[in-house]
Amino acid sequence: MIGVYHPGSSVIHRMPALAKLALLAATVTATALVGSLPALGIVAAATLGLFSLARIPVRVAWRQVSPILWVLAFAVPVQWIFAGWEAAATMGVRLVLAVALAAVYTLTTPVMATLDAMQVLLRPFARWIDPDRVGLALALAIRCVPLLADLVREVLEARKARGAEGSLTALAVPVIVRTLRTADHLGEALMARGVDD
Amino acid sequence: MSAIRFDGVSHRFDDGLVVDDVTLELTERRIGIVGANGSGKSTLARMVNGLVTPTSGTVTVDGLDVARHGREVRRRVGFVFTNADTQIVMPTVREDVAFTLRRHRLDAATAAARVDAVLDRFGLADLADRPAHRLSGGQKQLLALAAVLVGEPAIVVADEPTTLLDARNARRIAEHFATLDEQLVVVSHQLELLESFDRVIVMEAGRIVADGPPEHALDAYRALIG
Ligand SMILES: Nc1ncnc2c1ncn2[C@@H]1O[C@H](COP(=O)(O)OP(=O)(O)O)[C@@H](O)[C@H]1O
Ligand SMILES: [Mg+2]
Repeated sequence: MIGVYHPGSSVIHRMPALAKLALLAATVTATALVGSLPALGIVAAATLGLFSLARIPVRVAWRQVSPILWVLAFAVPVQWIFAGWEAAATMGVRLVLAVALAAVYTLTTPVMATLDAMQVLLRPFARWIDPDRVGLALALAIRCVPLLADLVREVLEARKARGAEGSLTALAVPVIVRTLRTADHLGEALMARGVDD
Repeated sequence: MSAIRFDGVSHRFDDGLVVDDVTLELTERRIGIVGANGSGKSTLARMVNGLVTPTSGTVTVDGLDVARHGREVRRRVGFVFTNADTQIVMPTVREDVAFTLRRHRLDAATAAARVDAVLDRFGLADLADRPAHRLSGGQKQLLALAAVLVGEPAIVVADEPTTLLDARNARRIAEHFATLDEQLVVVSHQLELLESFDRVIVMEAGRIVADGPPEHALDAYRALIG
């Protein structure tokens, strides 16, 4: 989800984020309800059509969809044993389709457009929740993933360099301390950049 | 130029007095602050936009009391932090620059034009849609600076903006600082950056121990650190 936006000017890129979100939700729900493999096959063909319409290179699409295959490598055999091959295949295809459709969305929609769409969706609830705040919180959550990943990687490297590979304390303590410090700094930056306006 | 005034300002953290009765009027265009680690430079710089509120005394920017008019002051005062990583709050380069303009309530076309102009100026146009976290350290600091300047602040305060950079990137950032028209307050250990400044303030243990044109103040600082 982070920084996977694939710039372009296709019809799908230009479609409003809200419309895309609605279609995504509708299609994923439909695939969850439709049980027949042929029907899912049609959705799969349509999904491939969407990728090509959006001119997403195969390599880029693969990077989005391939992680789910690891999950399937475990889940499908289990399902096969307990529920038969048809149920296993249906589940596998549904999951791949859901991930692929979501990938079409994230690859063609800048994060900011998603946030703006969320804010529109939340507007009816503005009396109880501040849509701006929710949008910001989501953007920050997305931004924090690489920040935390870097932090954990650095701590792991430092732990290794100091020969404390096995120590859970040598991982947890610095990660927590540095996460809190990072959160502090991020809070200051937000204030400096006018979030309290 | 704007006027930043410190009037009998002290600040105490739990473990002691960090800024000790500072009175200053900053009206020059480019002002440098130097001093050893822990001498109170960051605390002083943070007071200019209200990130730290002094425990006694007042700080004003163009007559506005920072403690009472923080938001208004922060619109005039942009802040560049040491670690750009924690200043960047949006996923991509363009989005992060655009984030600054959210509070300006501009129409989309004007905002986009301003973002593009700043990205161009800082050589970031080709990276506009890249994830911000994949930029190099130097590019991240350029982005942080771009994101501050797009808001057209009257004053830019920078707290050791080049400390985490290699020498070449530090010089590049310094060159960008030299081209700014905004009033600048820069905390730095990069003394050659401050040589062309209008005024340099030397801090030691929360007090101002030298203050004046760089040729004098920097000499005093060099003497101090031996
Ligand atoms: N949030 C804080 N809480 C407690 N002590 C702090 C805090 N921030 C800074 N200090 C202390 O205040 C002193 C001055 O810090 P600082 O203004 O960051 O100095 P400088 O930027 O010159 O290195 C240091 O001794 C530091 O440990
Ligand atoms: Mg400091």
